[in-house]
Amino acid sequence: MSEENNTTPSPMGPHGPSAAEAREQMLEPYNKKTLRKRGKQMLVNSDPGSPAEIGANSRTVPGIITQRGCSYAGCKGVVIGPIYDVLHITHGPIGCGWYSWLSRRNMNRIRKEGETNYLQYSMSTDMQEDHIVFGGEKQLEIAIQEAYDEFKPKAISVYATCPVGLIGDDIHTVCRKMKEKLGINVFGFSCEGYKGVSQSAGHHIANNGVFKHMIGLDDTPVEAKYKINILGEYNIGGDAWEIDRIFALCGIKIVGTLSGGVSYDDITNCHMADLNVVMCHRSINYMAEMMETKFGIPWFKVNFIGVEGTKKSLRKIAEYFGDKQLIDKVEEVIAAEMAEVRPVLEDVSTRTTGKTAALFVGGSRAHHYQDLFNDMGMQVIAAGYEFAHRDDYEGRDVLPNIKLDADSRNIEELKIEADPERYEASHAERKKSLEEAGFTFSDYEGMMRQMAKDTLVIDDISHHELEKLIELYKPDVIGSGVKDKYVIEKMGVPCKQLHSYDYGGPYAGFKGAVNFYKEIDRMTSSQVWKLARAPWQSEPPAEPVSELATA
Amino acid sequence: MLEGTTSEIRERKALRINPAKTCQPIGAMYAALGINKCMPHSHGSQGCCAYHRSHLTRHHKEPVVATTSSFTEGASVFGGLANLKTALGNIFSIYDPEIVAVHTTCLSEVIGDDIPTIIKKSQMEGVIPEGKTVIHTNTPSFTGSHVTGFSGQCEAFVKYLAETTGQKKNVINIFPGWVEPADMRELKRLAALVGVEFIMTPDTSDVLDSAMDGKYEMYPDGGTTVSDLKAMGDSFLSIGLGPLASGAAVKTLEKKCEVPGKMLELPIGVGATDEFINALRLAGDTAVPREMERERGRLIDMISDMSQYLHQKKVAIFGDPDHLTSMTRFLVEIGMEPAIIVTGTPGKKWEKKIREICAPVNEKVEVHAFSDIHFLHQWVKANPVDLLMGNTYGKFVAKSENLPFVRFGFPILDRVGHRAFPLLGYSGGMRLVEKITDAFFDKRDREDKDEDIELVL
Repeated sequence: MSEENNTTPSPMGPHGPSAAEAREQMLEPYNKKTLRKRGKQMLVNSDPGSPAEIGANSRTVPGIITQRGCSYAGCKGVVIGPIYDVLHITHGPIGCGWYSWLSRRNMNRIRKEGETNYLQYSMSTDMQEDHIVFGGEKQLEIAIQEAYDEFKPKAISVYATCPVGLIGDDIHTVCRKMKEKLGINVFGFSCEGYKGVSQSAGHHIANNGVFKHMIGLDDTPVEAKYKINILGEYNIGGDAWEIDRIFALCGIKIVGTLSGGVSYDDITNCHMADLNVVMCHRSINYMAEMMETKFGIPWFKVNFIGVEGTKKSLRKIAEYFGDKQLIDKVEEVIAAEMAEVRPVLEDVSTRTTGKTAALFVGGSRAHHYQDLFNDMGMQVIAAGYEFAHRDDYEGRDVLPNIKLDADSRNIEELKIEADPERYEASHAERKKSLEEAGFTFSDYEGMMRQMAKDTLVIDDISHHELEKLIELYKPDVIGSGVKDKYVIEKMGVPCKQLHSYDYGGPYAGFKGAVNFYKEIDRMTSSQVWKLARAPWQSEPPAEPVSELATA
Repeated sequence: MLEGTTSEIRERKALRINPAKTCQPIGAMYAALGINKCMPHSHGSQGCCAYHRSHLTRHHKEPVVATTSSFTEGASVFGGLANLKTALGNIFSIYDPEIVAVHTTCLSEVIGDDIPTIIKKSQMEGVIPEGKTVIHTNTPSFTGSHVTGFSGQCEAFVKYLAETTGQKKNVINIFPGWVEPADMRELKRLAALVGVEFIMTPDTSDVLDSAMDGKYEMYPDGGTTVSDLKAMGDSFLSIGLGPLASGAAVKTLEKKCEVPGKMLELPIGVGATDEFINALRLAGDTAVPREMERERGRLIDMISDMSQYLHQKKVAIFGDPDHLTSMTRFLVEIGMEPAIIVTGTPGKKWEKKIREICAPVNEKVEVHAFSDIHFLHQWVKANPVDLLMGNTYGKFVAKSENLPFVRFGFPILDRVGHRAFPLLGYSGGMRLVEKITDAFFDKRDREDKDEDIELVL
């Protein structure tokens, strides 16, 4: 319903039809089968308190223009790729290793003299036809040896691409053999691109591999009063460094961040932490669960995107430790930081309040960034993830009801048991008593509960649906990825890349929020869109010259 | 920066480090985008399509639209027939292209999908609407490189579409090779200036450098039309630029429609551009206009003016074979000394050709096909050079060795000029001289002691 015939502001902003009508129009060109499929992935959020079931984490319909990538991209590209001092080798033809070379902006600095940041290198077995025909295991073995001879890394990881799985190369046996031979940690990931339905399968495979091959290797005690891990933070644009800064001010020790700006040693030692907090639920919840089962470390969801989320998350962490000194310190830090944020937010809000945004990205960003837009008084009219599951939309309480399909069943589910020696019973006891006091753990409420009633939720949005959405609503800004960015901008709508941050950032924490407010202010106030049409294009055709001459 | 790289070069048999190439499908996708109302289709896992679209977008800063068969594990076991048929049905009903250009991936190649048969079946079952076209090219990632993928797609245009009506037309075909949209536009300007009628295949100008006017067109105005692709068979001559990227298409057209072909190197620099202009002049039986000669003269003038800064300067350069052949020749023309030349694409013949080009200035030039940027970096550490040229990935080497760096080739992810300004032709040559001398001068102005700084250069 448009605003003209309704006095209350529409949840879909000042232009366009109701979400339900828009949904119909978006589905209109699809044939029966495609319509049935897409219909389940496109919902009107009619009851945010009790979200409807969304058809997330299902196959993309072939031929639909999708944002989604593959399992390899989720495993090497997202979760393990950011570890700077592990030497990463892609086993396969050249493309996969090349495309994932520095394209994800996982920022890193080497910690000490003599180290190498392997993220600046792209290493691959560059498989040729011979290897496809006769097998590539020998090639992989030689490549690992050559990498060792050349760089002497402390660990080497190997990633399988599509043909590797098809020809049956056993990368794990090769890795075990080389681990023994070289005396360093060598491990592989069977993250062939065809596994699962999106990057998400790769996240799970990566979690399993990191857990099996890295977590728990170093039991050196960590001397600090409050020790935590940040899971699912990849240091895009320096986000993890901003979180580090805030935690340092509060006096909280981050043992490991998985896996932005992190070192191999941090990861092998991070089971010594007292608490895991989870940023990107989609990509790392497996790790949080497995670490809790094995070591007893409890976890809860946090969000350092947006000042409200950051404040809430810091307070919850302080409350977990329950120490008055820490609780007071956190308040002090928040007050000091907010003194810098407030004037910017007040200024920017005068221009952004009431503007609209739509977000189609990731497995958590489409949710987290709503907080930043809300800070600025902007309305999110539509949002959806690229590769999330139902629990990321509807909340973790739906987990028992999610049916495993064939694609998910193919991804290994590790059987974890409590470590007989290293399981910290005191963590579990603490968790129990806090829970009794109303504290929530292992929690994620999902995106839909936070979104306004009667807005649109669209999973794995297709090119056509996005075009239609812009045509109907012309949002003031859209957060999306590189493949959509210039499509959106050709239509005169600014697009913020929320994978790469358009090479800006950080956007996390307090300083990040300020960066984001200023950036969205720039984008939604830019004059360039007004230049798109030449002055004569909106004027009536000129009088013929001869008539002017005689006039 | 690249802390682990030392000057000690070890023989490597299996490990590629910092590649100077990528895989075939992205080249096929780029070529297909140069066809009017064409949807490139990647037959494989959706990650391939996502990677290719992302990287082409980062390079062109433009919408890059393509579809995928979105293979899952099931399709990888049972074959991709169902996925491709479903895809074609959706593509035509939702996105309505004139033509779909299917390319394969390592996944669909390893499982052995027979694309022509799938296309035929789809035709018989009415999945492909009347009057619409589906073509294919095989682009397994484990052979060749992105350049051979481009070449294969160009050949597929000829194989599937070029026709002979029996009546030759006074038109020539130009196969531009893998160059920028701005370069393709420049080639058209040069051909028009000489006065020949031509069909250029592919043509990504006005597709991947389309105007911002508040409207989004999935199929912008540019690109070679399907009717022009058909008409190529009636042209009286084909000029192929860059043997690796264009040779296959020219040869196939010769065989299929008896259109004689002339292969030239890419018109980068003086001599290679002269050869292109001369070929156009002979084909059109016209005179080279005075305007073109003045343009050429301005390039020669600039080379002469800047000669003192270029003379015997050592250059390390990496990129794609066709680009490197002409660029090396230009470096020799302007008095520079190619020291090491590296491509990731395999090619023994190419190595020999480059050695011949360099012979007058450097008989000991290091030339390596099927090599990588890491090797080039190691060699440069032991054998200092004055200038590095290559795609954006070279910036890490340039930073680590404090080298002046000129971006050139594919991809350029961190500068904007390649989108707008050609490097081909005489004016492109001027731009190259400017870029090279700017790189030298910027470093010199920044690093000179106060007493050494020069106002005039």
